[in-house]
Amino acid sequence: MLIKRGAEAEIRLIDWYGKKAISKLRISKPYRNKILDESIRKHRTIHEAYMLHIAKNAGVSTPCIYFLDPINSEIIMEYIDGIIVKDMIDKDIELSREMGKIVGKLHKNDIIHGDLTTSNFLIKNDKLVLIDFGLSFKSKRIEDKAVDIRLVKEILSSAHVDIFEKALRLFLDGYNSVYEIDKILEKVKKIEMRGRYARVI
Amino acid sequence: MIIVFCLGIESTAHTFSCSVVNEGGILSDVRSVYKASEGKGIHPREAAIHHADNSKKVLDTALNDARISIKDIDVIAYSKGPGLGPCLRVGAVIARALAVYYNKPLVPVNHAVAHLELGMMLTRANDPLALLISGGHCMILALSNNRWRVFGETLDITLGQLLDQFGREAGFASPCGAIIEELAERSHNYYTLPYSIKGNDVSYSGLLTAAKKALKSNRLEDICYSLQETAFSMLTEAVERALAFTEKRELLVVGGVAANKRLAYLLEQVCKLHDAKLFVVPTKFAGDCGAQIAWTGLLEYHAGISIKVEDATVIQSWRLDTVDIIWNRQTLLH
Ligand SMILES: Nc1ncnc2c1ncn2[C@@H]1O[C@H](COP(=O)(O)OP(=O)(O)O)[C@@H](O)[C@H]1O
Repeated sequence: MLIKRGAEAEIRLIDWYGKKAISKLRISKPYRNKILDESIRKHRTIHEAYMLHIAKNAGVSTPCIYFLDPINSEIIMEYIDGIIVKDMIDKDIELSREMGKIVGKLHKNDIIHGDLTTSNFLIKNDKLVLIDFGLSFKSKRIEDKAVDIRLVKEILSSAHVDIFEKALRLFLDGYNSVYEIDKILEKVKKIEMRGRYARVI
Repeated sequence: MIIVFCLGIESTAHTFSCSVVNEGGILSDVRSVYKASEGKGIHPREAAIHHADNSKKVLDTALNDARISIKDIDVIAYSKGPGLGPCLRVGAVIARALAVYYNKPLVPVNHAVAHLELGMMLTRANDPLALLISGGHCMILALSNNRWRVFGETLDITLGQLLDQFGREAGFASPCGAIIEELAERSHNYYTLPYSIKGNDVSYSGLLTAAKKALKSNRLEDICYSLQETAFSMLTEAVERALAFTEKRELLVVGGVAANKRLAYLLEQVCKLHDAKLFVVPTKFAGDCGAQIAWTGLLEYHAGISIKVEDATVIQSWRLDTVDIIWNRQTLLH
């Protein structure tokens, strides 16, 4: 059963040897150049499975992988029976702090998520589970960590306008309790100057 | 409702344009575009001189086309920013002079917001995710709590800048989008270039460097094709991510780069996949034009916005997500 059409994949709830599971299938986009399309799908699928595993080893809660099919760009993984933070955070702002702690833990282990949105954190039994590692990679660079933090800032300021400032503060607090944020925040400012704030033609 | 005639003056970059609108729509839109020489970018002061030299002719024609005399204009709107200082100042000076001499209210307009407002008016999009792609902007936005909120954007240069800077390296005169599109149509050989996406954001600087380098040892057509495919697929993916996240059912595309057919096709396919309706601003009004300023000025005027002549300054870097959208476009549209 198709439960969600994600940005790049079709998410189905399936039966996997008697257990509920999620099939994440990166479908081909025939309108894209074929070489580009295949390389994106294959690369991301393999990468996602690998990074889910690395993140789990770093102590971040992520779905278990049951099966990986790089040819068809499909991952079968544990079904997380929960709701997305996006639908809860406006009522429960403390979730922000929890998100911060998780991202801090990732960065402490030099893991960049690459797609930090409030729809990629699921709430299960009051704990957060992080998903969607298709754009993740390993890096020690402050720049890469700063880009990750900027994504959080962007999504809070656009999709969660009413709680933006407080939510961001809690997020940074949570993060800082795990991993030192000062240098990274400086870099975030620099990145912002480069993009939208600097208007030169 | 009383009919209000608004004169809009646009002069943020290449284009100097004047337009007259009223609640019924666009009555005239006249432009004069500064052309940079081959292999060169826009020179702000030269562009400003061009604007000043052509302003009288453009203004007179806009009034003539609308069959109205300046005395019967009710409001004067001008683009206050963001844009190139010298260019912006030409528009502001003319707007101030007309407002003082003919004693008319003066309304400042944010150029980027104006792209979005004109797009909303012409396409009748209602609650869209919006993609603004012009020379100076590359943003994915949606309206909430009276502001355009940024859901995605470029981390470095815009798509327009990518095409122009690559084009100049290849020896074309900017704007280069059209010629790159034409050359790209002649090739299907994909040369792998860096594809860089961060969440809903894109980064084009690595792509630009690699594409310039690839120019030296490859067919121009092939690199144009590969550059477009890579750049457009990245942007399309960012849009797709934002569509999936926001669950909007409409996509509005505005700005000069919206005229590119290949990009429009990719966006159309993504919309199909996500059951979203695509609204592309008509090509004639995709680029910078007086109508965007006049129309937004009219909306603002109806919301009670106007400024004193001495406050009619310009702001070169005026971010669109700081503008409070307090006007009501619905009452004007029907
Ligand atoms: N393991 C899972 N358990 C439960 N729901 C999931 C799981 N993986 C994905 N989802 C649901 O599908 C949505 C999209 O998944 P995601 O991996 O982010 O795909 P995409 O990369 O295409 O956006 C998520 O926001 C979530 O609602």
